[in-house]
Amino acid sequence: MATAENKLAFDGGWEYAAAPESTDHVTIDKRYGLFINGEFVAPEKGRYFDTINPATEKKLSRVADASDIDVARAVAAARSAYRGPWSRMKAAERGKYIYRIARIIQERAREFAAIESMDGGKPIRESRDIDIPLAAAHFFYYAGWADKLDYAFPARKPRSLGVAGQIIPWNFPMLMAAWKIAPALACGNTVVLKPAETTPLTALKLAEVIADAGLPPGVVNIVTGAGKTGAALVEHPDVDKIAFTGSTNVGKIIQRSLAGSSKKYTLELGGKAANIIFADAPIDQAVEGIVNGIFFNQGHVCCAGSRLLVQESVADEVIAKLKERMQTLIVGDPMDKNTDIGAINSPMQLEKIETYLEVGQQEGGEMYQSSCRVPDTGYWCRPTIFTGVSQSNRVVQEEIFGPVLAIQTFRRFDEAISKANNTPYGLSGGVWTDKGSKIFKMTQSLRAGVVWANTFNKFDPASPFGGYKESGVGREGGLHGLDAYLELGA
Amino acid sequence: MAKAAKRVAVAKTYKIYIDGKFPRTESGRYFALRDKKGGVIANVCRGSRKDFRNAVVAARKAQPGWEKASAYLRGQILYRIAELLEGRREQFVAELMLQGSTKRAAEKEVDASIDRLIYFAGWADKYQQVFSAVNPVSSSHFNFSVLEPTGVVSILAPESSGLLGLVSNVAPAIVGGNTCVALASESRPLCAVSFAEVLHASDVPAGVVNLLTGFRAELGDQFASHMDVNAVVYCDGDNSTVQKLAADNVKRVVARSRIDWSKDDSQHPYLIRDTQEVKTTWHPIGS
Repeated sequence: MATAENKLAFDGGWEYAAAPESTDHVTIDKRYGLFINGEFVAPEKGRYFDTINPATEKKLSRVADASDIDVARAVAAARSAYRGPWSRMKAAERGKYIYRIARIIQERAREFAAIESMDGGKPIRESRDIDIPLAAAHFFYYAGWADKLDYAFPARKPRSLGVAGQIIPWNFPMLMAAWKIAPALACGNTVVLKPAETTPLTALKLAEVIADAGLPPGVVNIVTGAGKTGAALVEHPDVDKIAFTGSTNVGKIIQRSLAGSSKKYTLELGGKAANIIFADAPIDQAVEGIVNGIFFNQGHVCCAGSRLLVQESVADEVIAKLKERMQTLIVGDPMDKNTDIGAINSPMQLEKIETYLEVGQQEGGEMYQSSCRVPDTGYWCRPTIFTGVSQSNRVVQEEIFGPVLAIQTFRRFDEAISKANNTPYGLSGGVWTDKGSKIFKMTQSLRAGVVWANTFNKFDPASPFGGYKESGVGREGGLHGLDAYLELGA
Repeated sequence: MAKAAKRVAVAKTYKIYIDGKFPRTESGRYFALRDKKGGVIANVCRGSRKDFRNAVVAARKAQPGWEKASAYLRGQILYRIAELLEGRREQFVAELMLQGSTKRAAEKEVDASIDRLIYFAGWADKYQQVFSAVNPVSSSHFNFSVLEPTGVVSILAPESSGLLGLVSNVAPAIVGGNTCVALASESRPLCAVSFAEVLHASDVPAGVVNLLTGFRAELGDQFASHMDVNAVVYCDGDNSTVQKLAADNVKRVVARSRIDWSKDDSQHPYLIRDTQEVKTTWHPIGS
């Protein structure tokens, strides 16, 4: 453990020189219409809203606010494209269109990364190394499935569903668009996608890619707007499938509103994952895992390791090392390649996080924040941990969706399991131990859809993702992610 | 003024492909490929047994690195091969026509070859999901079986399909992490050599695919008997001879005779599995 003598003075006089990503290669239009039937069109009511850069609070562009009528136009375009070219096309040819999308994203990756960071506030290092390459990889992976579906579902006849209505969140805008669109198209469906209202730009850029790739008009339609636009899409009678990623509350509203309809649905909702550190874990690696688990993407991650369960005998050491590591994290300009933690996505989200910081203290938790400076403009939250919290505290039970970690301790294996499973959520979990047998016992005992062992927040197109309990219904990614977009006929 | 002379075309030297290089056969021998009128189209390398041994050494050397490349990367590289083949479509059509195909048949064969590469590129990160298993053993163990490449594969490519037949047998071997040495069709060798040039420009590491031209009657036995080859894929050959020779080191023998490679149903992931081993791991479960 670091002592006063050998501790590195990260908060000393040395500063990193700024290393900003250039944006001169990026073009953002002043205004975007709706992408319907292969072209950008004005919204029927002529209403637009601003999308801002949360790090500068400056307007980036104006984006169309789609009404019920616009959504209906998009659904009609998707239906006609489904009946027409798309569902009749040879599967291998369909796949080749999806490969083209993957390739163009790879070619334009740098531009997409810059826009993702400008519009959403995430560090350029993450959008450049994770969001955009993974988005391309998703298209690449699912393109290959298009003509191989029979092998995924032996002795069944997989058939496309029709029009998929897809609603995605603001935390991984481009990646979530890829997660939704790629399998839908590979399975032969057409799509109406609604990006989140605070982060619509990369989805609109993706519309350009889709047009450039020569997809038949109407196969992918992108409608921007807020909750009302999403509700219109969910309730539209000619949509065959709803795929939603977002909060558990909205997920429940959607599930209720779909009751009695024949629409298929998948819901990827909230989480409150426990990162569980056993005494026999490699502690330094585990501390990195905790940091990655909760501070990656400002903690705007549904599968974030927002709870830490640490075995009592190593708790003091782990927490001391964690605090020291937190001091080294750079919070600031998302476009700077040195930045570890970018801007909070919106003022609304910042307010929500700050409310939880107060609640956590009122409940008796002890709050510790890194002492880093944050810029004057923009929306920021310092990395934060709570110790001395109990299982019933709101900061332990509820999803904060920010860089806020609740720390508890445990003595026995069973205690770790019961604490880990004691929330309404079940999306993910982390286990840190040197003992392989313990890892597998943990994965059997955790009620969660994804368990990371001695790693955290890993994603791959080949790997299924999705939650137990109130974290959602269905899986996305991998072979299992195909299910959501197919009917398995006899 | 004198009329300008008609431009004289530059003919290509068709060479073999070993370890990412294009040497002539070490034996210095050749055979003349002739058109219907008896004119020489090209002098093709008559590869030797020594060439084959060199190729196996290169394939063996390249295999561990290729196997370790991620499935995603192997898929991307196969996709890249298809991209470059598409770009040289006209050249391959012309070569197939030189060797007796009609224009229509030649175009069909080249297009099918490109699409077949895309097909197998897509399998790179999927065949494992289809063929692997988690096995519910009765004891408290996590038990799983995955596929691993068998190693170096020798391929006696189909005689009747110079490009598509070769692609259909090379692609499933390499997408699964094997490296290979292939003997091109004896009567239609030109596209094989040009395909090697495509491979060479496609981020395929040196030694992953090695291509020889020559006589099957001379080289075929060695493809089956070489002690450092793990599997032999033979298209249209003598079953009993290959089987007997393969037994020297218990080679996996994959017979692919009488297959019409132009048919869609000739492509399937079992072609990949043919040159894979199954590895099972037991791991205890407990606190």
